[in-house]
Amino acid sequence: MNLLLEIGNGALSVTAVLTGIGLVFAALLIAKLISPKSFSVKKAEPYECGIPTRGESMIQFKAGYYIFAILFLIFDVETVFLWPWSVVMSKLGPQGLLCIAIFMFVLIMGLAYAWKKGALKWE
Amino acid sequence: MFNFGTWTEAINNLLLGVMPEWLAIVIECVIIAVLVLATYTVLALFYILYERKLCAWFQCRLGPMRVGKWGLLQVFADMFKILIKELISLKGTDRFLFKLAPYIVITSSVTMLACLPWGNGLQIINWNIGIFFILAVSSVGVLGILLAGWASNNKYTLIGAMRSGAQMISYELSLGIALMTICVLSGTMNVGELVAEQNSAWFIFRGHIPAIIAFIIYVIAATAETNRGPFDLPEAEHELTAGYHTEYSGIHFGFFYLAEYLNLFIVSGIASLMFLGGWMPLHIPGWEGFNNVMNYIPSIFWFLGKSFFISFVIIWFKWTFPRVRIDQMLAFEWKYLMPFSLANLILMAVCVAFGWHF
Repeated sequence: MNLLLEIGNGALSVTAVLTGIGLVFAALLIAKLISPKSFSVKKAEPYECGIPTRGESMIQFKAGYYIFAILFLIFDVETVFLWPWSVVMSKLGPQGLLCIAIFMFVLIMGLAYAWKKGALKWE
Repeated sequence: MFNFGTWTEAINNLLLGVMPEWLAIVIECVIIAVLVLATYTVLALFYILYERKLCAWFQCRLGPMRVGKWGLLQVFADMFKILIKELISLKGTDRFLFKLAPYIVITSSVTMLACLPWGNGLQIINWNIGIFFILAVSSVGVLGILLAGWASNNKYTLIGAMRSGAQMISYELSLGIALMTICVLSGTMNVGELVAEQNSAWFIFRGHIPAIIAFIIYVIAATAETNRGPFDLPEAEHELTAGYHTEYSGIHFGFFYLAEYLNLFIVSGIASLMFLGGWMPLHIPGWEGFNNVMNYIPSIFWFLGKSFFISFVIIWFKWTFPRVRIDQMLAFEWKYLMPFSLANLILMAVCVAFGWHF
C-alpha cells in the first residue's frame, strides 16, 4: 500500500515536517524580499480593537477555560487507553465487551461527578 | 483498478539504476516534498475559491467575477497581494513565539495531509497506528493557535485563542471517540488497511446504525474543530476582530488562513477515509457489473469527490445555523455529544461482539 516501500515511515514523517517548515520559511523569505518596509511609532502599536492599549496584555486569565482543559486531560488519557482496546475488540468478542464495561463505568461515573459538581457549567 | 504504485515503482527503479540507494532515497524524499507542497498550495487556493463561490450562491450573489473567467484567477491575485504586504513588527510581542506559531500550525496540517490515502498506491506516510497519528498531529495545531494569541500582546487575541483552544480540545474528544467507533468495527488503525477493508462496502453501510450516528457526531465535531460554521466563536464579537490572528499581517496572516482551509479539507478527508471508503469506489455486494463500472473511475477522483462533498456540507452548516454562545457550545459538547458518542461506542462494541454487522 505504501508509496515507496524502501523509505521508512519515520523518514517520510520527517520529510513532511520539513516540508511544512520549508513552506513557511520560503514564503516568509519571498515576502521579506518583495514587501515594503517602513516604521512609525503608531504602526508598532498593537491593533487590539482600534483603541490604544491599556496596561499589560499577557495577563492571568479566566479560570473557566482551565477547568475544561483539566477535564480534557483526564478524558483524553482515558481515550488513549480505549484505542488499543478498539483495535482488538473484534477478536475478543463478548469477553472484551465485559472488560471494557467496567472501565467505561468508571469513566462515565467521572463525567457524572464533574457534571454534578458543576464543572461543566460556564460562568 | 489502476494502481499508482506502478508509477512510483518505475521511478524508484529508474533512480536505483543510475545511483546508489541512499541518493535515490534522498531524491525520492525531495520529490515527495515538492509534490506535497504543490498539493497543499493548490488545494488551499482551490478551497478559498470554493468557499467564496459557495457562500455567494447561498446568498444569491455571484461572488468573485472580475479576475479571470468566473473569477477563477481571483485567488492567485489575492495570494500575490498578500505576499507584497508589509510584515509589521509590533511593540511588546513575544518575538520568538509570535514567529513560531505559523510554523506549528502549517507543519501540523502538512503532516496530516501526507497521511491521507489519495488513491490506489498514492499514500505517503503509512504508520500502523495511522489514524491515531493523524489525531495526535492535529492536536499539535492547537498549540500554534494558543501561542499566536498569547504572543500577540493583545487582550482580545488572547480571548480568541482561549476560546479556540477550549473549543478544539473539547470537541477533539468526541471526534476521537467517533473515529474509535469505526476502529472497533475494522479492527485496524492502519490507513491503508482501513481503505482495503472497505472493498466489500463502505464502513458507514457495514456498521449501519452506530456507524451513521458516529458519522453525524464526527461531522459536528469536525465543524467545531476547524472553528467554522455555527462554532466560529474566536471571531464572534467585533472586539475580537479576527480572533487569534488579529495582529498578524501580510503572509504571516496568510499562513493561518491557508491552514484553516487545509484543515477543512483534512477533516473531510478523514471522514471520507473512515466512513465513506477513502479512495475505494462505491461497491455493493453482489452487484458485480455495477462494481466493475465504478472501478473505471480513477481512485483519486473518488477521494477528492467525497472530501469536497463533505466540505460542501460543512460550508452549508455555516449558512444554515445561527452562531451559538460559548456556554451553549461547551455544554453541547460535554453534556450531549460526549455522552452520546460514548454510548454509541458501546453500541458499536455490542454489535461487533455479537456479529450484528455486515
